[in-house]
Amino acid sequence: MIEAPRLDIDPFDEAFLADPYAHHPALRDAGPVVWLEPIRAYGMARHADVQAALRDHETFCSGRGVGLADFSKETPWRPPSLLLEADPPLHDRTRKLMNGIVSPQALKAIRPVWAERAEALADRLVAQRHFDAVTELGEAYPMLVFPDTIGVPEQGREQLLLYAAATFNAFGPRNAIFETGNEAAKDAIGWVAAACRREHLAPGGWGMAVYEAADRGDCTPEEAERLVRSFLSAGVDTTVNGIGHLILAFASFPEEWDKLRERPSLTKKALDESLRWDSTVQTFFRTTTRDVEIEGVTIPEGSKVVLFLAAANRDPRKWEEPERFDVDRVASGHVGFGFGIHQCLGQMVARLEGELVLDALVKRVRSIRLAGPPKRRLNNTLHAIASLPVEVGPV
Amino acid sequence: MPEIVVTTREGIQRIVDARPGLSVMEILRDGGVEQILALCGGCCSCATCHVHVDPAFAALLPPMGADEDDLLDSSDHRTARSRLSCQIPFDDRLDGMAVAIAPED
Repeated sequence: MIEAPRLDIDPFDEAFLADPYAHHPALRDAGPVVWLEPIRAYGMARHADVQAALRDHETFCSGRGVGLADFSKETPWRPPSLLLEADPPLHDRTRKLMNGIVSPQALKAIRPVWAERAEALADRLVAQRHFDAVTELGEAYPMLVFPDTIGVPEQGREQLLLYAAATFNAFGPRNAIFETGNEAAKDAIGWVAAACRREHLAPGGWGMAVYEAADRGDCTPEEAERLVRSFLSAGVDTTVNGIGHLILAFASFPEEWDKLRERPSLTKKALDESLRWDSTVQTFFRTTTRDVEIEGVTIPEGSKVVLFLAAANRDPRKWEEPERFDVDRVASGHVGFGFGIHQCLGQMVARLEGELVLDALVKRVRSIRLAGPPKRRLNNTLHAIASLPVEVGPV
Repeated sequence: MPEIVVTTREGIQRIVDARPGLSVMEILRDGGVEQILALCGGCCSCATCHVHVDPAFAALLPPMGADEDDLLDSSDHRTARSRLSCQIPFDDRLDGMAVAIAPED
């Protein structure tokens, strides 16, 4: 039997989080499975192994938490998600219910309004020429469309950003990043709890649709409240940074913008490639339900295993020139939204937002360039951007 | 080597080598059929690997799951031959199967 290579790498220390891609080769090259001494957990960073673990949800379960904490031994930061932190059969039921709400038909219905808002925002930003692609676009656009679609109260929506940051920090250790974010989110936690209640949700929204499913007996009212919370935790900071990375990708590789302008039909592919190139959700954990052997290394039952999604998405064993953002690349198979039964429920929502932003910009913008260095914002799980100053040249 | 005969949206026919054990989507995607976007990578959640399958092979295909059925319902181009190619594991019995890429939604 082979021991997993023991590494003295802490994937939650500030140097790692500030530049995760600089540290991924050491994780990938050490072996298919590594032991990370500072967090006392196993890790996988190669594409084949990460994808295989995500696919094997019976061996690599989610119900014991998808962060560092093992819910069988520790009290979760908040009542567990009924989707992300649940296993079948519970997960099958809740996922089916939510899939019915975030359906392709529902996306078709909202598309015209979302497109109109993307066009209006693009008009304004392109007229400005200089703007911050995070605060004025990456944050602004999801906030223009998503909260209305869920149907949360208008007052205090900015709390969603603080809440999401705290939620994603909580998948890591209780380090200074977690504590600071948690302190900043004190009011946000209460705001979100209230926003998830039936009496605060607008009729016709996706939030109310969850309660209507409860009326039909598909879940309990308590479950409905927690499922609405999933929309609010997962639907904002992810797309905010996804749009940020999309713009960063084009600003860093200007010839790719030229290609997209020549062939606007590449929008969907370009967006998918940006999700591979810089994956906002960098890591998720699983817990082993049995002893599992990977290339001679045994991971014992009950182990926490951190899956480095973003490292898998730049694994040279899978991708040619993985550091390059290439709109012609076939990025299908990346794990930026995860893989298997827990693959992001809202991925088509996120894709729609990104696609509409790109469609609106490609018609109006000849060139995008960085007008200053991007500023990162540290989060235990998300590769987040605080500020991305750009200058665009109008068509 | 077994093969799949694929017809693109422009009506151009191509033959793609098929390795049993992969899904039809993976075979087409990795065989360079660019019109198979397969955005979700094969998790039955995006409907961008929609194909129309030669009815001669219909009886050999696995039954359609509820998720696949729901996703196909959202397409304007669903026919009796519609399947999501990520939901068809390829095996030797499917050698020579003809599929056409469904129009984009």
